Amino acid sequence: MSVAVETMAPVPTRPWRNSKATGMRNLLAIALALICGGAINQVTGLSGFLGLFLAAAFLFPVFVAIANAKRGANVITDRIASAVIAVGFIAVTIPWLSIFFTVFQKGSEAFHSSYLTDDMRITPSGDDLQYGGIAHAIIGTLLMVLVATVVSVPFGIIAAIYIVEVKGRFAGLIRFLVQAMSGVPSIVAGLFVYSTVVILFGGFSAWAGAIALSILMLPTVARTSEEVLKLVSVDLRTSSAALGATQARTVFTVVIPTVASGLITAAVLGVARVVGETAPLILTSSYFVATSTNLNEPIASLPIYIFSSLGLGDQNATARAWGGALVLLGMVFFFFLLTRLFSSRIKRK
Amino acid sequence: MMDNNQIESQVGETTRPHITAKVEIPEQRSKLHTEDLAADGVSTTGLEARSVHAWFDKHHALADISLHFPKNTVTGLIGPSGCGKSTFLRLLNRMHEFIPRAAMAGEVLFAGNDIYAPGVNPIDIRRRIGMVFQKPNPFPAMNIGENVVAGLKLSRVKTSDKDALIEDCLTRAGLWKEVKDRLGSAGGSLSGGQQQRLCIARALALNPEVLLLDEPCSALDPGSTLRVEETIVQLSATMTIVIVTHNMQQAARVSDYCAFFLSDGGPGQLVEADLTTNIFSNPSDSRTADYVQGRFG
Repeated sequence: MSVAVETMAPVPTRPWRNSKATGMRNLLAIALALICGGAINQVTGLSGFLGLFLAAAFLFPVFVAIANAKRGANVITDRIASAVIAVGFIAVTIPWLSIFFTVFQKGSEAFHSSYLTDDMRITPSGDDLQYGGIAHAIIGTLLMVLVATVVSVPFGIIAAIYIVEVKGRFAGLIRFLVQAMSGVPSIVAGLFVYSTVVILFGGFSAWAGAIALSILMLPTVARTSEEVLKLVSVDLRTSSAALGATQARTVFTVVIPTVASGLITAAVLGVARVVGETAPLILTSSYFVATSTNLNEPIASLPIYIFSSLGLGDQNATARAWGGALVLLGMVFFFFLLTRLFSSRIKRK
Repeated sequence: MMDNNQIESQVGETTRPHITAKVEIPEQRSKLHTEDLAADGVSTTGLEARSVHAWFDKHHALADISLHFPKNTVTGLIGPSGCGKSTFLRLLNRMHEFIPRAAMAGEVLFAGNDIYAPGVNPIDIRRRIGMVFQKPNPFPAMNIGENVVAGLKLSRVKTSDKDALIEDCLTRAGLWKEVKDRLGSAGGSLSGGQQQRLCIARALALNPEVLLLDEPCSALDPGSTLRVEETIVQLSATMTIVIVTHNMQQAARVSDYCAFFLSDGGPGQLVEADLTTNIFSNPSDSRTADYVQGRFG
């Protein structure tokens, strides 16, 4: 019955994608923008990479428009908008990459085999870079952030539950207070803890530092948790209630598991907010050179380590400050990585 | 099971004000009254609404509805959109009060006691009067099996044999064969029709005495609809069922009684309630005839 007919096998295509011609036009526009930008750099006072970028950034959308001139108003508008967005993306990426690479480049100078395990107990900051280390500051920061997290994450989430779920009589007031708190300058939080805890208990301590950090962390956690809880649809709450659940059971069995990864993100944002805080720690946990886990004593921390090393003006001390900055960046990056892994595991379950 | 004593002990004389509606209420041709049903020899120990009104803020949404749902029967609530069917349904298991500024008047008698009497625990009422919503909404943080027994977890009821209960409820909801090999996957991974049957299974796990269904098939394909309807008919052997539906054929297929609601711009009113066969073949109100024959609404 069937007759063998030679037919063309269908080739999978993606007609909705940009054609090669469009890609070529884009490349041409970029090349022209860079060449003309370079020429402008020669003629005017602009110079260096930033000068080239600045000139090319303005020329690129123009050249893209010219390259697509024959394709109608819609295409031109679309191409110009895409070009402006691309330029904007690069513009905001440059500072970010610049910070990252500068910290990495300068910070790696301070690194040596025992940098992460040694402290500054017997090493002056100006000493050669193969001596001393940063372990005391890492441990101090971790301890204080841990205490602050243990305090402010539960309270922050409870505040958010009160505002979103309980909708109690004081919900508006609490939301207002949380918003006001998130605007408190960090030095003021430090000053507050100094004038209460530090003076009352007779000295600088890791506890005081942790309290100052938790004051700063609380509003971030509460506001983010509030937004996250608002995402849970009303349908889920009503169907839980229709199954005879009390409000508390609904919150803990349905609402919180649904947004668990969001709440973890709220906690991480809180940590990221305070891990680099310097001003409140100057007034609370103060400065220390040895590794210590005693929360009743002054304790070292990464921001203070950076701040105090930089203040010395010595070349080696400055290098140590950059090293501290690199460790701090690495720590925040590590936190984010950890929670990403953690929350994706929750979702998979 | 939950005991009735808690409610019975707390019900005295109802002292809540009975507000007479300011709107003109036409004569209702409802045959679903306790007296009528008793005269017909129908068991009267089901769920009963007496002169129920509902307001949202100042908007009078429902006026003077009296309906008796005989035990172990299926009653269909029909009527055009916005006539207060869903509002009425939510009044029957105290879900109405979740809407801010909602108000009500009248009585809802369950096992002879007013569920709105002071001291009655709404949590208990909702456990015994289950509800399935229009949009399927399995809990996203739970898998299929956990979703079925979510009601037990939520109301802290202990079971000796969870697996048997899961199988039983899913079988009764007509879903067991399709999901028995993947009870561990997420509830959201099912199709819309399967999700809705999962929600029915979830409501069944608490073994409610009454099941309220708010347009349970409006998002389902004909095959799933058929299966849900079969489930409803089977369940009505042991359970009183009230179903809101916009589908006349569905009302005709599954319900023993039908109540026709209508709003003429004012609050929703009950036009007629009778045996389903009478509503469809021999309605006493011309508006009912127009509606069931698809002339309006």
